[in-house]
Amino acid sequence: MKSLTGRAKVLDNPKMTFKERIYLPAIIGGITITLRHLFKRKATIRYPEEKRTFSPVWRGMHVLKRDDNGAERCTACGLCAVACPAEAITMTAAERKPGEEKLYREEKYAATYEINMLRCIFCGLCEEACPKEAIFLTDRLVSTDYARDGFIYGKDKLVEPVDKRVDVSKRQTPNVLEFKKIKHYRHNR
Amino acid sequence: MAKITIDGIETEVPDGTTILNAARQIGGAIVPPAMCYYTSLQQSGGKCRVCLVRVAQASARDPRPLPKLVASCSTPVQDGMIVENITSPDVLEARKGVVEFLLINHPLDCPICDQAGECDLQDLSYAHGLATTRYEEERRTFEPIDIGDKIKLHMTRCILCYRCTYVADQLTDERRHGVLNRGDRAEIGTYIQKAIDNDFSGNMIDVCPVGALTDRTFRFKSRVWFTRPLDAHRNCEKCCGKVVLWTKGEEVLRVTARKDKYGEVHEFICNECRFEHKNLSDWVVEGPRHIDRHSVISQNHYEKINLVALKKEIERQIQFQKGRTNGNNPNALTA
Repeated sequence: MKSLTGRAKVLDNPKMTFKERIYLPAIIGGITITLRHLFKRKATIRYPEEKRTFSPVWRGMHVLKRDDNGAERCTACGLCAVACPAEAITMTAAERKPGEEKLYREEKYAATYEINMLRCIFCGLCEEACPKEAIFLTDRLVSTDYARDGFIYGKDKLVEPVDKRVDVSKRQTPNVLEFKKIKHYRHNR
Repeated sequence: MAKITIDGIETEVPDGTTILNAARQIGGAIVPPAMCYYTSLQQSGGKCRVCLVRVAQASARDPRPLPKLVASCSTPVQDGMIVENITSPDVLEARKGVVEFLLINHPLDCPICDQAGECDLQDLSYAHGLATTRYEEERRTFEPIDIGDKIKLHMTRCILCYRCTYVADQLTDERRHGVLNRGDRAEIGTYIQKAIDNDFSGNMIDVCPVGALTDRTFRFKSRVWFTRPLDAHRNCEKCCGKVVLWTKGEEVLRVTARKDKYGEVHEFICNECRFEHKNLSDWVVEGPRHIDRHSVISQNHYEKINLVALKKEIERQIQFQKGRTNGNNPNALTA
């Protein structure tokens, strides 16, 4: 019967030739491919001993930066939280008391700052929204855990230690680095 | 009655109306911004200069243009006046300059400021200002001062609009604060930080166009765009009792008076309503406050859509577009 549309494909199932029926040429062909791959460069690495180098713009675990004097840069302005598409960031603000100028850069600071790493999609919008150069995504990985509450990272895990700074200079564009040279801007002091 | 044309749109207003109020009767994009003018405060206006407009024809009898840009908030209309606001490049250039001047001493500490998100200066500089500053001198700085236990004064953010002093003069019986010194040294102050504890002193917070006067009970509690504004009222003997509650969950973080779309309060509220009643149970909640969708506060803010109003607005826009393309209305805004 002729098909109505004329688009149907007619399948034929031809008989195998003698060469195909003994299978040996196909098997040898397969083995050759396997052998060729044995001597090629491997795509995998032996992970715990060997680690891949990250791209300079890799978006991994966040860091809350301190300034050159060791004061926390974050002022709890909430722009990262409002920019966050996954609503992973929460914070509460507090007022800096006299005598705490060494600890906090501005008169307001984040008393608590939490990122839910299970919600976070590592898009980097918080980094883009930050007006104070306080939050950056780094090339560190968020470690695995068995429980969910272990993934809510507070300031204890996010703020960089004074003696162990996290270098983020390679994440900054040439424009930003140029801007940072202008020292009479209050932001750069 | 006087016939006046603003940016090609003709309207008729009573004699003695200012150009700004005439523009507000038309509404839309042609309304000049105003930082110091406040409808409900007498004598306000004429200080900030952001409402400057060009008068292309002074009146029907005298068709010459006015020699300089005029402050629209304090210039009364004349019959046959032709005003250019956003259609005049001169005005936009001047306004840009005024914004730059207003920002000379402004610290731009919006990440810290409680006013951020509902700040007139923020909106204005976003619309007209430069992204960078040309000012290289030291900015004048002041320490924040507590005016009483409810109000915080950040003099560094002040643009000297004088609105708060008019509130004190016209709403309360005794003014305790004012502008000290002159010129670029002028500052709002109270002698020896004298507390202002009048029943209506809290309205200074609402009239302040910037973050110079802020609510101490709300200080750093939350950014305004994380709060949920609700219209509410209560029976108050001193004031109208109609307020906006800025809530987070069941918690009332802040109480303010209701502002219209030009950021002006018409019914001032007393300090008892503003500071003492921070329980949701004290108030009769009317519903969510309408927030303009261009405001950052409308982020995560859900309200019931008024379909009738939406339909009207869409029909109005269709009519407007038709008028533009057919050329039926040569005076229609073409910019």
